[in-house]
Amino acid sequence: MASSPAARVTGRIAVPVLGLFWLAVTTVPFLFMVMTSFKSQQESFSSSVWALPKALDLVNYESVLEGPFLTYFKNSVMVVVISVILIMLISAMAAFAFARMRFRLNDALFGLIVAGMIVPIHITLVPIYLLTRQLGLYDSQFALIGPYVATSLPISVFILTEFMRQIPKELEEAARLDGCGPFAIFFKVFLPLSGPGLSTIAIYNGIMLWNEFIFAYVLTSSTSTRTLPLAIWDYQGQYTSNIPAILAVVTLTSLPLVVAYAFGQEKIVKGMMAGSLKG
Amino acid sequence: MTDISTRPADGGAGGTALSLKTFAPAIFLAPAVLLLAVYLLYPLVDSFRLSLFDWNGLGSDARFVGLDNWKKLATDALFWEAAWNNILLAFFSVLVQMPIALVLAVVLDNAGKGSRILKILYFLPLLMSSVALGVLFKYFYDVTFGPLNALLDFVGLGYLAQDWLGDTRFALGAVIAVVCWQYIPFYMVLFMAGLASFPADISEAAKLDGASEATIFWKMKLPHLKGTLRTAIVLSVIGALRYFDLIYVMTGGGPEGASELMATYMYRNVFSSFQLGYGSTVASGMFIVVILIASVLMRLSKRYETEV
Repeated sequence: MASSPAARVTGRIAVPVLGLFWLAVTTVPFLFMVMTSFKSQQESFSSSVWALPKALDLVNYESVLEGPFLTYFKNSVMVVVISVILIMLISAMAAFAFARMRFRLNDALFGLIVAGMIVPIHITLVPIYLLTRQLGLYDSQFALIGPYVATSLPISVFILTEFMRQIPKELEEAARLDGCGPFAIFFKVFLPLSGPGLSTIAIYNGIMLWNEFIFAYVLTSSTSTRTLPLAIWDYQGQYTSNIPAILAVVTLTSLPLVVAYAFGQEKIVKGMMAGSLKG
Repeated sequence: MTDISTRPADGGAGGTALSLKTFAPAIFLAPAVLLLAVYLLYPLVDSFRLSLFDWNGLGSDARFVGLDNWKKLATDALFWEAAWNNILLAFFSVLVQMPIALVLAVVLDNAGKGSRILKILYFLPLLMSSVALGVLFKYFYDVTFGPLNALLDFVGLGYLAQDWLGDTRFALGAVIAVVCWQYIPFYMVLFMAGLASFPADISEAAKLDGASEATIFWKMKLPHLKGTLRTAIVLSVIGALRYFDLIYVMTGGGPEGASELMATYMYRNVFSSFQLGYGSTVASGMFIVVILIASVLMRLSKRYETEV
């Protein structure tokens, strides 16, 4: 009735073969990265690339961690945490206005903000660089927070507005009958009920900003202020031809997100798809 | 519109409450509007303003040159080659990513128990920063120590080994391959969601009517994915037009501009040649190209939508 036996057999073979093939394509570069990071520089030159490391040598990791790696890490945590909290609060406020308030420019302003999603951030780079210098924020972690929050707002406002539009009107009515004004309704009803929407934008923006490169590259210059993606860049300049040490840095910088991913794969996949998938 | 107050005044609302309500939208929108004005709208306008100056970024010797930079841009072969590379990147991103992502989505749709773990592992590249991937693949492609050439050698295809990033013929393709490697799982998950939304009872009914799995896929599920495919193409093209990080890290736009993109060309003008004026012209030109292509694409996909 369904498919012919021949087709079913091809399916039974093709599915695992293709599935494993792509698994190999995905993992081979990572294998190379991790394996090499355990080799000494000498070993990486003399033995085959695909030879297993002779010993689980942590010398590259030790040498990286002895350097300023933890400073980069701390800067990343600080910048990303502050930015994500601000993004959640500011975009939730705007989304509440767009989803539940009637005012003259509602649709026009919403359209304008959402259109911000397709603006290439590169056009803002030089003016923001000049502005940051004028504000005296150049080469400080705070230089990054403004651009990070602003560039994340369009998609976040879009996602949260869609989300808040689905919150039943009755809850809002009930709160209003209890004498709640717009602020109480926002903080007591909408913010708590927007949990899933807020966690989606926190995950999406958190990952994007954790990996952000160009603003950090242009707006900061010293080790004490730079974030993790710049650690790779700076170590690359410092280690020049020590490939294993550089790949140890790459492995270390990738580790935090991989660990987070191990704890909540479904949530992270869903968060990363935010904006292209509804819900 | 005469309705300025946010809502019809209700029961206990006094005069002050009413005026609070009048201003409530403004208060809720103020932080977002302020930040977007300072860090998105102002820079956008300022970039166009700077494009009219000749300025090295230092001191106050900016010289107003009118449209000279724009005239230069119009005939700047390097800019148009970079724009062409962006278009190639967009074209091959779609051409390579969509079919492979679709095949993988179908594979995982049929993989039963293993599909969850495969999906999780496939998704890993999307968690990596482009700097990390750029550095990783720079060594992956390395002509002497890189594992790619070693792998080719191992399977007896050693004669195909190349200086992937150092050869003008291969550099752009080598970078496009990494972009595809990273983003195929993204579109795969998108297609999986599309496939999952296909009503199960319809395929059951079709099966009862004697339709084969293949027929159901080609005649019913694939048409059902049209909307998803459209979203995927728009996302992929817009992404490709704005690409920067990975190429900057892997090749810096080289060799000899072979992998130069609009954004890397802009960066080079501003921060390597210190031509802030002309760099801003390049950035503004890039903005116009991106907006034009994006709006044509969105209009096309809408027209297509109404036809279907």
